[in-house]
Amino acid sequence: MLKITNLQKTFNPGTVNAKTALNGLNLELQDGDFVTVIGGNGAGKSTLLNAIAGVWKPDYGTIAIDGVDVTHMPEHKRAKFLGRVFQDPMKGTSPDMEIAENLAIASKRGVKRRFVRGVKKADRETFKEMLASLDLGLENRLSTKVGLLSGGQRQAVTLLMATMNRPKLLLLDEHTAALDPKTAAKVLELTDQIVQKNKLTTLMITHNMRDAIAHGNRLIMMHEGNIIIDVSGEEKKNLTVEQLLGLFTQASGGGVVNDRMVLS
Amino acid sequence: MAFLYALPGAVAEGLIWGLMGIGVYISYKILDIADLTVDGSICTGACVCAVLLGKGVPVWISVLAALLAGALAGVVTGLLHTALGIPSILAGILTQLMLYSVNLCILGGKSLVAINPRANNLWVHMSDNPASILAMVIMVAVVIIGLWQFFYTEIGLTLKSTGDNPDMSRAQGVNVKLNKVVGLAIANGIVALAGAMLAQYKGSANINDGRGAIVIGLAAIFIGLSVSMKIKPNFVVSLIGVLGGGIIYYIVYNFVILMGLKTDYLKMLSAIIVAIFLSVPYLKSEYFTKQKSLQPDGTENGGGSHA
Repeated sequence: MLKITNLQKTFNPGTVNAKTALNGLNLELQDGDFVTVIGGNGAGKSTLLNAIAGVWKPDYGTIAIDGVDVTHMPEHKRAKFLGRVFQDPMKGTSPDMEIAENLAIASKRGVKRRFVRGVKKADRETFKEMLASLDLGLENRLSTKVGLLSGGQRQAVTLLMATMNRPKLLLLDEHTAALDPKTAAKVLELTDQIVQKNKLTTLMITHNMRDAIAHGNRLIMMHEGNIIIDVSGEEKKNLTVEQLLGLFTQASGGGVVNDRMVLS
Repeated sequence: MAFLYALPGAVAEGLIWGLMGIGVYISYKILDIADLTVDGSICTGACVCAVLLGKGVPVWISVLAALLAGALAGVVTGLLHTALGIPSILAGILTQLMLYSVNLCILGGKSLVAINPRANNLWVHMSDNPASILAMVIMVAVVIIGLWQFFYTEIGLTLKSTGDNPDMSRAQGVNVKLNKVVGLAIANGIVALAGAMLAQYKGSANINDGRGAIVIGLAAIFIGLSVSMKIKPNFVVSLIGVLGGGIIYYIVYNFVILMGLKTDYLKMLSAIIVAIFLSVPYLKSEYFTKQKSLQPDGTENGGGSHA
């Protein structure tokens, strides 16, 4: 579903602030894989997701989604393959527009947009059902401006928008990190539900090792712009946080795990 | 008494500037771009219309040509911004400067071209305010209904989201750059349309027409929205509000003149009005903020607290 070959990206090249964020990374995802990504700050997790999404072009290497080389495809064009949820709950929705209008825009991702009414009556019914499945009481607030929702509600709506037109690949960039623990758990539960129901191929960054183990069928850990641990199947299922820390110290050559990764 | 006598004229001219305000609303409020092309494109609209009328071209063709010329100016600003990466405010300034030369060229090197109201069957003219008001009301209704229909289409919605949240728009497959160019074309097309009406109303096009137009447009927006947001904050009401803002602006303008203020100071007055409206939200948040409270539905304000 996703094939990344020798991906490299250096920010501010040729200056004292030069930072190699991706260092010849290779990654292949099978159809239906739910991969959790962990790693310390600056390990290159977000850089990887942004490279796949096309926020900027890599210096070297190729990215192919479902056999299509998207390395040089602009961000808005490759959006047809991708569903994205950002860390910042404000980023995934349009605050000054109604919930229904936001969903309407998302429902046309990857489809030719036309000069016909954006939110039709039938759409409202469909949207209502979708929102009801979130179980957040949003189904009767279709005309509410999204900016009036809480961070958790916005993130849930974003999740819906990212997945309503079944994406080939779902990219979740620490999408629960900015939420309070209870809301984060709820959004994560919704994520599991939606991913399973639609059998979505998913790449989820998290800073929480326990979440990384509990979700998905495969876990990768990044360090200094590369993947240093890649476990899946039974091995991943039986993994514990302690084992994971041990693996990390081993693989990174005595690298230090930062507090945020262990404690949360 | 003199004020009442001046009222119809103020309303007619206010409608024209209100129409321009609607154009500015599209760039400033919907696209979130402070587009300074406006000062040039309103003059372009006036020049194109006046020159074509002088050549005996029918009014509707002259007006349409003015609109297209304005839209083209918007496209230039849009391309400077999106294709060449120039910050939007500078892109607008550059186009505005270009347009000064273009406008002089259109006027054939003269600084003023007069329109003969008798030779042309003008839609609006200051000699007949009631008819002018009627013509402007019809035109504005057509523009508002057209925009209303457009902005609620699948494509129109993405124009709104482009200004509101470009990150979300791109993630949903919206071509943000193209949308900005299209939006600026629509905005400046409407501004130039207002310019064409202004030239007819005054019976001339002047190379200095439109200096400070953006400020009048913003004043119309702020005055209008301060009222319409209290009634119903939707698209059509907002546009009608902007129109009303333009009319109020011109009534105040005429009143101030009648009170004896020298016309030399009017631009200063406009700028001060806009400065006040622009600073109010900041001053409110900086000096008069009350503690945050729970929203009526009991949810947290904003969210986004770190665990």
